[in-house]
Amino acid sequence: MKKTVSYYPGCALKTGAKGLESSALASMKQLGVTLEEIPDWNCCGVVHSLCEDDLIHHVAPVRNLIRARQQGSDTLVTICAMCYNTLARANLMMRTNPEKRDKLNRFMQEEPDYHGEVEVNHLLTFLAREVGQEKIQSKVKVPLSDLSISPYYGCMLTRPREIAIESRRKFSLLTDLLQSLGATVKYFPAADRCCSSYQSVNDPRIAEEATEFILKTATNVGVEALAVCCPLCEFNLKYQQKVLLKRGRLHTPVPIYYFSHVVAVSFGLNPDLNLFEMDDAAIDLLTRKGFKKDTKIVKKGDEAS
Amino acid sequence: MTIRFEPEDNPHPFFEQMELLCGDDFYKCYQCGSCASSCPMTEHMEASPRKIMHLVRFGLGEKLAQLNTFWVCATCLCCQVNCPRGIDVARVMEALRTRTLRQKKDYLEPSRQRIAPVSEYPQIALVGAFRKLAC
Repeated sequence: MKKTVSYYPGCALKTGAKGLESSALASMKQLGVTLEEIPDWNCCGVVHSLCEDDLIHHVAPVRNLIRARQQGSDTLVTICAMCYNTLARANLMMRTNPEKRDKLNRFMQEEPDYHGEVEVNHLLTFLAREVGQEKIQSKVKVPLSDLSISPYYGCMLTRPREIAIESRRKFSLLTDLLQSLGATVKYFPAADRCCSSYQSVNDPRIAEEATEFILKTATNVGVEALAVCCPLCEFNLKYQQKVLLKRGRLHTPVPIYYFSHVVAVSFGLNPDLNLFEMDDAAIDLLTRKGFKKDTKIVKKGDEAS
Repeated sequence: MTIRFEPEDNPHPFFEQMELLCGDDFYKCYQCGSCASSCPMTEHMEASPRKIMHLVRFGLGEKLAQLNTFWVCATCLCCQVNCPRGIDVARVMEALRTRTLRQKKDYLEPSRQRIAPVSEYPQIALVGAFRKLAC
C-alpha cells in the first residue's frame, strides 16, 4: 500500500467545501496514508473545454499534472469530482492526441514536456485499490448500523466513459465503502442524474427542478441521506432543498453528507477538532441515530467563536 | 417545428465552422432521439437535442442561434453516453455556444446576476457558468 501520494485539492476544498478536505485528510491519516499536496497548484478550470481549437483552457489542468510529475509521483489523487473530471480528461487528451499534446508542450515552454505519465485517481478509486475494504473495516469504531445512506455520484465521476471511475450505472465503489462502515445502502436510481451543475447560476428554476427529482427519488426509495463526492452537487442539493422544503414541494429533508464525512464519523474522529462543517439536518440525523454521542460537531461559521 | 428553407440559405459556411469547432460527427445522426430522452434539461429547452441535431444537419445556423437549448445544457454528457452512433452531442452544443460567444455576445452577464445568491455560490459554480455561458 502506498503511504504517501500526491494530492490535488482544488479551489472549492480550500473555501466553501473545507469540510470535505478536513474529513478526508483526517480519515486517510487513520488509514496510514498521507495525501501530499502538490506545490504551487492552480485552478483546474472546473469544466473541460470541448471545442477542437480551444487549447488555452487545457493549460491549467495540464500544468497541475506537471506539478505532480515534478513531485516524482505516478499517481495524483483528487477528492473533488469536478477536479477529477477536468484533470483526468486533460490527461487523457495528453496521452491520446499527439497533435494537441505537442502544441501545448511547445506553448508551455518553461515547463518540462508532459505526455500523460501521471495517473489521475479519485479518492474512492484510491481507497478501493490501494487501501482495501479490510483495512477500512478494521478502523471502524462507530458502525453506522441502522443508517440508510446511498451514494450520489453526479455526472463528473461517471461520464464520459473513458474516464469514469467505474462502469456505467454501477455505483459499487461508494456502495462498498459505505457498507464496510456498517451502513445500509439501498439502490438509488438517480445516483448519476445531473443536479443542474453550473446552470444553477444561470436559472435557479432549472436547479430547483433537477434537485427536486433527485431528492424525491431518494425519499421515494426510502433513503435517509445521500453521500456525495462533489462540492457543486452538495451545494445545489442543499441550497435548493431549503427552497423546496419552504415551498412545500419536498416534505422530508434528505441530509447531504460528503462521503468523507461518513467515513470520519464511523472512524470515531472528533469533529470538534476537524471542523467538518456539516449542516443542521446532517448533525440531527447523526445525533438521532446515536453516532455522535456527546461530541459537539462544529458548524460552519462557528470557527471564530 | 416547421423547418423552412429559403433559397438564399447557403449552409456551407456553417458546416465548415461546425466541423472546425466540433468535428464532423454530427453528420452521423440518424434522429433516434436517444439524446433527447436521456437529457435531464429537455423540459427547459425550446428545442430538444434531437431537433438541434436535425437543424445542424440542415445547416440552419441562424435558426439555431435563436434557440436556448445549448444555453440550458449543463454538459452532463447523458446524450454522449447514450448515443448509439457515438456522437458527442455535448460537443455540438459547445460549438453552438462558441459561435455566439466568439461574436462577443454573453448569454450570462455578470452585471445582471442577483448579488445575494451569487455571493453564496461556490466558485466552481461561477467559474463553470461563466466559462460556458459568457465570453
